Parts: sequence; structure tokens; C-alpha cells
Amino acid sequence: MATATDTRLLGKSIKRREDPRFITGRGSYTDDLKLPGMTYAAFVRSPHAHAKIGKIDLTQAKAHPGVVAIFTGKDLTGVNSLPCGWLLPELKVPPHPPLAVDTARYVGDPVAVVIAETQDAALDAAEKVKVDWNVRPAVTATAKAAEKGASQIHEVAPANVAFKWQIGDAAAVDAAFKTAAVTVKKHIVNQRLVANAMEPRACVARFDAATGDLTLWVTSQNPHVHRLLMTAFVLGIPEHKVRVIAPDVGGGFGSKIFLYNEETVCSWATRQIKRPIRWTSTRREAFQTDAHGRDHVTDAELALSRDGKILGLRVKTIANLGAYLSTFAPAVPTYLYGTLLNGVYEMGAIHCDVTGVFTNTTPVDAYRGAGRPEAAYLVERMIEVAAVALKMDVAEIRKKNFIPKFEHGYQTKVALTYDSGNYAAAFDKLLGMLDYRKIREEQAAARKQGKLIGVGFSTYIEACSIAPSKVVGSLGAQAGLYESGIVRVHPTGKITVFTGSHSHGQGHETTFSQLVADELGVPMEDVEIVHGDTGAIAFGMGTYGSRSASVGGTAIHMSIHKIKEKGKKIAAHLLEASPGDMEYVNGQFQVKGFPGKAVPFGQVALTAYVPHNYPEGLEPGLEETSFYDPSNFCFPFGAHACVVEVDRDTGHVKLLRYVAVDDVGNVINPMIVDGMVHGGIAQGVGQALWEGAVYEDDGQLVTGTMMDYALPKADMLPMYETERTVTPTPVNPLGIKGAGETGTIAATPAVVNAVVDALRPLGVDHIETMPLTPERVWKTIKAAKAGR
Amino acid sequence: MKHSVKMTINGQTQSHEVEPRLLLVHYIRETVGLTGTHVGCDTSQCGACTILINGQAVKSCTVFAVQADGAKITTIEGLAKNGDLHPIQQGFWEKHGLQCGFCTPGMILAAYQMLERYPKPSEEQIRHQLDGNLCRCTGYHNIVKAIQWASEHMAGAK
Repeated sequence: MATATDTRLLGKSIKRREDPRFITGRGSYTDDLKLPGMTYAAFVRSPHAHAKIGKIDLTQAKAHPGVVAIFTGKDLTGVNSLPCGWLLPELKVPPHPPLAVDTARYVGDPVAVVIAETQDAALDAAEKVKVDWNVRPAVTATAKAAEKGASQIHEVAPANVAFKWQIGDAAAVDAAFKTAAVTVKKHIVNQRLVANAMEPRACVARFDAATGDLTLWVTSQNPHVHRLLMTAFVLGIPEHKVRVIAPDVGGGFGSKIFLYNEETVCSWATRQIKRPIRWTSTRREAFQTDAHGRDHVTDAELALSRDGKILGLRVKTIANLGAYLSTFAPAVPTYLYGTLLNGVYEMGAIHCDVTGVFTNTTPVDAYRGAGRPEAAYLVERMIEVAAVALKMDVAEIRKKNFIPKFEHGYQTKVALTYDSGNYAAAFDKLLGMLDYRKIREEQAAARKQGKLIGVGFSTYIEACSIAPSKVVGSLGAQAGLYESGIVRVHPTGKITVFTGSHSHGQGHETTFSQLVADELGVPMEDVEIVHGDTGAIAFGMGTYGSRSASVGGTAIHMSIHKIKEKGKKIAAHLLEASPGDMEYVNGQFQVKGFPGKAVPFGQVALTAYVPHNYPEGLEPGLEETSFYDPSNFCFPFGAHACVVEVDRDTGHVKLLRYVAVDDVGNVINPMIVDGMVHGGIAQGVGQALWEGAVYEDDGQLVTGTMMDYALPKADMLPMYETERTVTPTPVNPLGIKGAGETGTIAATPAVVNAVVDALRPLGVDHIETMPLTPERVWKTIKAAKAGR
Repeated sequence: MKHSVKMTINGQTQSHEVEPRLLLVHYIRETVGLTGTHVGCDTSQCGACTILINGQAVKSCTVFAVQADGAKITTIEGLAKNGDLHPIQQGFWEKHGLQCGFCTPGMILAAYQMLERYPKPSEEQIRHQLDGNLCRCTGYHNIVKAIQWASEHMAGAK
């Protein structure tokens, strides 16, 4: 028999309502936009990693048919630096002009923009711009940037050091290492990655000279942030005269958070030429100019007792920031990294020391996971290294160290207070899915036949639902990290929701309408979700750090609560009852316990807009706005496992199984959450096995196209076996933690651990650098054999 | 010097004067105005621009518009008939085979030819046949399922 709970929409895998437009080719992405009088921009970029800019000769380019205007850095008068939105103490903040003026500092650094009647004319003319380059020595390698003699990149940053940062208790760690029975030390390189959202960045900027309004369509994860940074910091034009629209956006993975040179230049230039300008990145430009991710070089040491308890963790990391400080760059290798080194384990003491360095490379910022994958990778590699040293099973050593189940807070050694966790439960579920004992038996049998089979684990903790404004403000953030949600009930009872979150693949139009329809007991079809337009939405911080459902969803939830409270007053008046006696059940306001004495939602909505018979003193209308500022981060967790076979002769790694248990708290739409986990896993596997940005010493990006940078393809990956445990967070009323990044964080260590495990019979206990390409694995095998 | 081209796109005749260097994908997007076909790379890796030329799945960034003179072309906008989704489109919807949607038109049209060649493909065949199409969101899991769904339902329809 159907019960009331069967009608609930939360927790149901409802098909996505945004899909019909995408599967029929009717999505509307920025590059699809064509406006009357449109012009097209092409950027002239530095072919050198480090060069003084001499004379720029525009004669030939200007004479090219169809050219409308050409601007160089010197023309951008009144335009400020691109800002850095996270200021650590004593951070060196060098100028970051939207068009380089005196010096180009990475291959791809833009020095001029050509605007023409057609895209081809712009590209052709850009090739005719002649720049006198005075090439200087470049430094690209993370570990070498601060070395003596390295080329100086910015005057304000001696030795190319942007910051030195630390967290934890160095003395306690020293003490732990003195008493430890076993210590292990490893060099760990977390290589540079390129996000590679399938849609390249793009913008269309249109200035209306008659009204003074500027409209910018841009591939952004956070249009309000784009507008704020551009108006308040860079262009100095009034915020209310600028509308930023992020329409359908084809993936972001972090790379579309930041304010970039190109949309800033186009927004400035459209005001000069008074015509719309479109710019769309080529993939080659994307490789050179989309903010990169990761790029850490680390020495890590773990101290343990004889029975495998973790006593101390000591970490020294050099983080490559690239040539300039991208919007949130300083936060990633510090507060999103060092604070996560506690993992899901009880640790005696932790100390982490990070040096952020400038290099002549593309700026580095948040890429899916952002700091947390680097932390998880380190912890999970080190614990397996320790297990080998202690001759312990890798599952046992984890079980030995898990933080026991808790529901209301666990204080880590690195500042954070976890919300709720049951780490052993997720791990046990994983072992069950894997059939761990059996798989080890199979591995042993295969090894006897000479096969290299490996089993690798990872557990992870994630800080998401970003973030409590006060906390991040005290840590250097120049923004609050709340979210807004407006619920507008129309006179007919239909609903439009305006959210500051932005969907670029996450399916908000489905999940948020599910949430609203569930809470108000109305059909999903009656709910429309509007996002990605500063002209429609009050304000918003956008989507990153797995915050949309937990922070954006909670803001909507709060507005729904207010709608219900107001509706109770209206309904009580109509029923001549007391508002305190009213409840909202199954789409109607009713006197508590009397479903017959009720006013349907639609009638309340109509009454609010036609207030003839209406409570004294109550404002007409039914629309509520809420800003939700979380009291803490949320901390999803989980355990992943990977089974691989390594080809002894070629070094090729084949993924045999990938098993994942994630705990993201309550789930609105399991299908969508599973999908995000899948995609995250693929990206994490990509880092482990194939992906990596490679620079020549002279600063040329060798992996500058999709031919050279190996993105995961369908035939490189298996089907994923995914399950969940559910530990709701006490932080927000929805109990939702966040699900966007878990797979990426967990997969990389699971895969690398599996490959190392496969090579263990050869005496291998570590491979310093990813990706574990066949060449690297083959060399590891060869070196191991030679060393025996 | 411009050249005349004439082709049928989604059943409609298109004729324009084009530069010889104009890529077919830019012709379709910018000249004809069908923006469902996407450009994701410059090197023919990503497959977001996949269309059907005379029934063959082709990356339209590897073809000049002038080379398609006289061709019969289907883009993603032409796949649904009379408002009815093609089973492959339906499969992508049913099985959550897309997230951001950018690679999706190319994926669907690559799958179209795959299922003509292999009406009952194995998982391995599906993965192999998708070698020319990149997706950064789904990890391919649900794309495989979407194509399996389509295969089952297309077989049922025949």
C-alpha cells in the first residue's frame, strides 16, 4: 500500500530535466551565442616562458582586412591587476595585468588582443603582430624554483617564494619521531594536471552605449564572483551596470572558477569599440592558460609504534603556483591541503610546512579536489609504505588507526573539526564488496604463475560544503562563502527558484526542483530553477568545493521554511484559526491533525497576491530570500579499492576492478551522485596512470594538446562498483555533505597503491612520480630487477 | 576565392559561398547556425564535433566544408523524428549518460554508427568504438549503459 513517505522525492533517482535540451543539440553554451554586430577576438600570446616585451609592431596587423581594433597592455589604461582572492600572511602578490606590459612570464601569457569582423580575420591578423622578445632564462621545475641562481620572475618575490606556511605542532612531531619504533620517509611528487573541461573557456562581452550596461556571457562556475572581481577590482566600472551570465557551461572542475585575462580584456574592449566581442579558447590555448592543478613536490615522514599506530606525520611540500597568483591559488596548497593531513586516522602529531613558489608556467589553482587529493594521496601512500615496513596487512593498519565512529565533532591535529564520521563502517563495506580475503588468495595464486596482480586501497576525508565565512575570512579569504536561495511563489502556485549555485553538469535543475517539490509537496513540473545570471539572482558564490546541495540547497530550504511560515499565517486567517495551530502537510496548510480543515498551497499563493481577505499587517506576496552561511565545513569520507594487473614486459597497467564506498551524507538524487562519483574516479585514475603536464626546461608546455596529454578514454576504464554508507552531517538541516569531488580524491592513491602492490614481489614499495605510464612502470620493474 | 557548396543537413538543403579553408564544423555552427555540434579541441581527439556524413560518423573538424559538397548530413538536431527521441538519445537520458552535455551530441552520433555496425555490441566493443570521443564528466560508465540500453530498445523496435 502506498504511504505518504512513498511520495517523497528526496532520495529518488529521477531522470534529469536538463537532458532533453542536451541530447537534442539545444543546449546553449557561450560559444553558441551570436549577436548583431558581433566582432571576434584573438589573443597574441607569448611563445616564450620568460621574456621582456620590446617593441610591438602592429602595422601589418592593423592593415589586415576586417580588423576592428588591436590593443596591447599599454592601451589598457585604468585597468588594474587581476586580483588574488585569498591572502595568506606575508603573501607576495605580484602585479597580474590582463595583458602583459613589460614582461611575459609563461608560454601563453597574453600581450595583445586583435578584434576583427570575423574569427579568421582576427586569427590571421594576430599572426601579423610582431613583438620584439628579449628572452630571459626560465624556471619551471617546482623543486628548482627557489634554488640559488634560478631566474627571478617577480620583483616582489625574492627567490620566487610567494609564501611560507605551516600548520601543526613541530615539537610534538619531533618528539613522536624520537619515540617511534618505526619511521618511514618518502619523496612524493603530485604532478601537474590540466582540467580539460570539454567545453573550452569562452566569453561574449556586449556594451550598450545607450544605457551604459555591460553584459558578459562567460563560461563561469560563479558569475557573481566574476562580476564582483571584475567591477570592484579590475575595471572600476559600477557593479550594477554589469550583468554576468553563465549559460550552459560544459564542465568546469575548478578551471572555470577564476577571473581570467580574456573575459576581462573583452569586457574592457567592448566599451572601447562599442560592439559585442566573442572570444573562444582553442584547446591549445586552454592547455596554456586554463589554471592548472596540483604540482606538489613533497618529502613525507611517518612515525609509528611497533603495532602500527600512527604517532607522527611530518610533511614538507613545495607547491608550484605558476607565473602569477590565480584567483584562489594560495588557499589550495595550504588550507585545503595541510588541514586535511589528518585523514580518517587518529594521529599523534602532525606538522606540515609548505613553500609556494612562482615559476614560468601556467598559473596553478583549484582543480577538482583542490588540495584534498594531494593530502589524501600523501596519507594513503605513506600508510601503505608503513604497512610494508611493519609487515602488516594494508587493511589491518588502516583499521588499527581509524578515528572511531562519532556524531558530533572530532578535533583533528590540523585545525579542523570533522562533523560526523563512521570510517570503519565504510571500509568494512568496501572489504565485503571486494571479498578481500578471496582476492588476496587469488593474488597469491596469480603471483605463483608469475602474474603481477595488485590490490590498492584508499580512504579519504574531504572538507567541502565550502564554507563558513568567518572561518575562511580569518584564514585569508577575501570573500564570504555563503549561498543565496530565493523562492518565488507565483500567484498560480507555480514556483521559480533563484540559486547562487551554478550547474555545469551537476544537474541542479533536477536536484533543486526535487528538493523544493519534496518539501512543498507540489509536482516537480511546477518548479523552475534559475541559475547563472547576476541579472536574475540576488547574489551567489557559485559552485566549487562540493557546496551546491549542502550550502545552496540549504539556502533554498531556508526560504521554503519562510514560505511555509508566511503561508501558515495566510491560511490561518482564511480558516479563522491561530497560525500556531497550523501545519503544512501534503501540499496544504491545515489545522494540526485536521486534514479536512485546510487550505491548499495554490490558494494561499493566490491569496498572497490578491490580498482581499488577508491578515492585518502582513505584506502581500509570497517570495522569500535566504542566505545560508554554514557553521562548519562538511566532511564526506569513504574507502576505495582498485585491483590491477601489471604487464611485466611492457609495464602496462590494466584495471581489473574499481570498487568505491562513499559517504556523502544524505543524498537527493542517487543517480546524479553516482554519476559524479564515476566521473571523479575517472579523473583520479587519469592522474594515477596517464595525465600529467610536462614542461621543457625552457618553459615550453610539451603536453599542449589532447594528442600529447593523455585523457582517460572509454576503453581505458572499467565499470565502477559503487555503494554508499549514509552518515548525515549535523552541520546543515538537510544532512547533506557533498559529493562532487570524492572520486577524484580517492581514486589516485587507490590505483597507485594497487600498482605498487602488484610490483611488491619485485621489492618495490614506492614510485615517486605519477602518472604510472607503461614507460615509468617498466623502468621501475627494470630498476627493481637490477637492484636485486 | 570563395566556393559554392550545397548539401543537405537534416533534410534541408543548404547552399552558401564559403572560403576553401572553412572547416565543416564551423560551417555548420556559424554559417548554418546549428550549434548542437561542438568544438572541444583543435586536433581531432575529442569527437564533440561528430556528425553523420552520408551515414558515416565523421569528426566535422577534420573535413572542409567544400569537401562536403553534395553530402547528406545529419547533426544532433536532426536525430529525433517528429519530436520522438531516437533510442540512443533516450538511452542517454534514461541511463544518465551525460552531465555537462558538451560531448553528448558527438557521443550520440558516434554511438549511432556503432550500433549500425554492431547492433548488439559487447561492453568491450562499445568502449573500443568510443575511442574517438572524450568525456570528462561521466567516467564513461553511464555512457556504456546508455548505449547498451539503446541497443536493447533498437533491437526490440525492429
